Amino acid sequence: MIVLQTADSAAIQTHGLRKVYGQRTAVRGLTLEVRRGEVFGFLGPNGAGKTTSMRMLLGLAASTAGRARVLGRPAGEVATRRKIGFLPEHFSFYDWLTAAELLRFHGRLYGMSRAELRRRTPALLDLVGLADHRDKRLRGFSKGMLQRIGLAQALLNDPELIFLDEPTSGLDPVGRRLVRDVIKAQRERGATVFLNSHLLSEVEITCDRVAFIKHGEVLETRALHGAGEETLRVTMRVRKLTQEAVNGLSPWASSAKLEGECLSLTVASSEVLPEILRFLVGRGVDVYEVTPQRTSLEEMFLQIVGTDGGL
Amino acid sequence: MGAWIMAGITFREAARKRVLWMALAAGAAFLSLFGTGLYFQLKDLKPHTNLLLERQGVGALLMVGLYAVDLMAVVMTVLTSVDTLSGELASGTIQAVATKPISRWELLLGKWMGFVGMVTAYVALMVGGITAVTYRMSLHAVGGVLPHHLLRGVALIWLECILMLSLTFQMGASFSTLTNGVVVLGLHGIAFIGGWIEQAAALTHSPRALNVGITASLIMPSEALWRRAVFEMQSPIVSALGFSPFSAISVPSKAMILYACLYLAVALALAVRRFSERDL
Repeated sequence: MIVLQTADSAAIQTHGLRKVYGQRTAVRGLTLEVRRGEVFGFLGPNGAGKTTSMRMLLGLAASTAGRARVLGRPAGEVATRRKIGFLPEHFSFYDWLTAAELLRFHGRLYGMSRAELRRRTPALLDLVGLADHRDKRLRGFSKGMLQRIGLAQALLNDPELIFLDEPTSGLDPVGRRLVRDVIKAQRERGATVFLNSHLLSEVEITCDRVAFIKHGEVLETRALHGAGEETLRVTMRVRKLTQEAVNGLSPWASSAKLEGECLSLTVASSEVLPEILRFLVGRGVDVYEVTPQRTSLEEMFLQIVGTDGGL
Repeated sequence: MGAWIMAGITFREAARKRVLWMALAAGAAFLSLFGTGLYFQLKDLKPHTNLLLERQGVGALLMVGLYAVDLMAVVMTVLTSVDTLSGELASGTIQAVATKPISRWELLLGKWMGFVGMVTAYVALMVGGITAVTYRMSLHAVGGVLPHHLLRGVALIWLECILMLSLTFQMGASFSTLTNGVVVLGLHGIAFIGGWIEQAAALTHSPRALNVGITASLIMPSEALWRRAVFEMQSPIVSALGFSPFSAISVPSKAMILYACLYLAVALALAVRRFSERDL
């Protein structure tokens, strides 16, 4: 499946987006850009304004101030919603509908033809592992099954942009794996995924970039998996290293510190490591170990957001 | 198109509500009771009873029956629709629909249309039922009694229910389920008392009390629609003789019906506006 890309390169763009409820400011000034085709994680402590921000982007809530554009159009436009899929945090619907009826109803709201729905419904039910439950009423569904059917309805229209609000909530490990696979498949077909999740391990595996949000503001946006990483810390176990050789690392390393046999470097990316090794070996240095020190997302989260939470 | 899709699913959702089935069961029990009472009343007729007077008596009983039908239809309308907006807002069900390519006005109007369908079916069934029972029971004894202007009367009862529905939607777009129910039924209570004050004032020729009644009808014109429906359905002789508790001494004017239509349209428009502006 090829997703039609329009000239506007950003899937989501916000500037100073603000939401105030009476005396309480839920989102203080969200400035954000999500590129087309990326899986973007939206992270923050409870009460940071993640869900409110998502609701503003979807047109469910009006902003108090600021601008938001989704797929090149002002957020909330009815026509744009044809290209959007959304899975709410706790998906629920009329419990007397069967799984297949629910998909047919939502498909009709997307303007899909009966023929299209006949084709898509079994494929989606199969994708989310509910093929054997197509004629079962939602009232008999477990929380995990409701999340799965919610995911299926979010994918009905082959969306260009998918909003997933805590998609793994209520899912067992098999279900979580399914969500990961679905996100991967969506990225491969060129769709953009905006993921709001508390499960940092899931985000770390699936997302290309993440934004850390607190008190309704983006504190920092980081790329994951090396691509676009700003800096990398590397530790080496070395012998016969002279101060002159340490000083000679300056073209590649922004900092270098030697403590005993342990050399700690900060480099721009892992691309420069072979050159550093060639340089050191050329200066007669014995190199026993090279270990890139990647910061886990959880460490990153705690460093950026802090431990005091957002409440 | 989106509105029709919403209307379809709302009709199905409304038709599944237990309160509707309870109202239908209550309606069936009521019709049985009404039919039994009428049967014995006509069976015990003395041989030389004045048939004209007896027909008017049956007609008056029919009006009492229709009044009960009207009350049941109004209460059923409010109780089935009172949580359709606030309930779905609270449960988050509405979010999955509101993020689809359907405007808020289509969503709300579609839901309203679904309930209109359900209310229409209920009113038709209940008014049709009581009319049929009365006609069938009275056919042999007094030649069959029918409301004077049945269709006009049914249309006015229907309009009253749709007015209540639109007001319930307007309140539901802003308030919680409980508040909505209290406000809407409270307003109907004002209209009810106002209607009786107006009738009593007309009897005692008290223009100031009459104005109190008319003011109540302007605040909430639902009861005025019922009183106009009685005027249309009741035989002119019964009205003139004061034979029934609904003798139309002070009949709401056609202007009041137009006012009720305007009231309904404004309530619906306000519901659409509020629902379109509010956060979901």
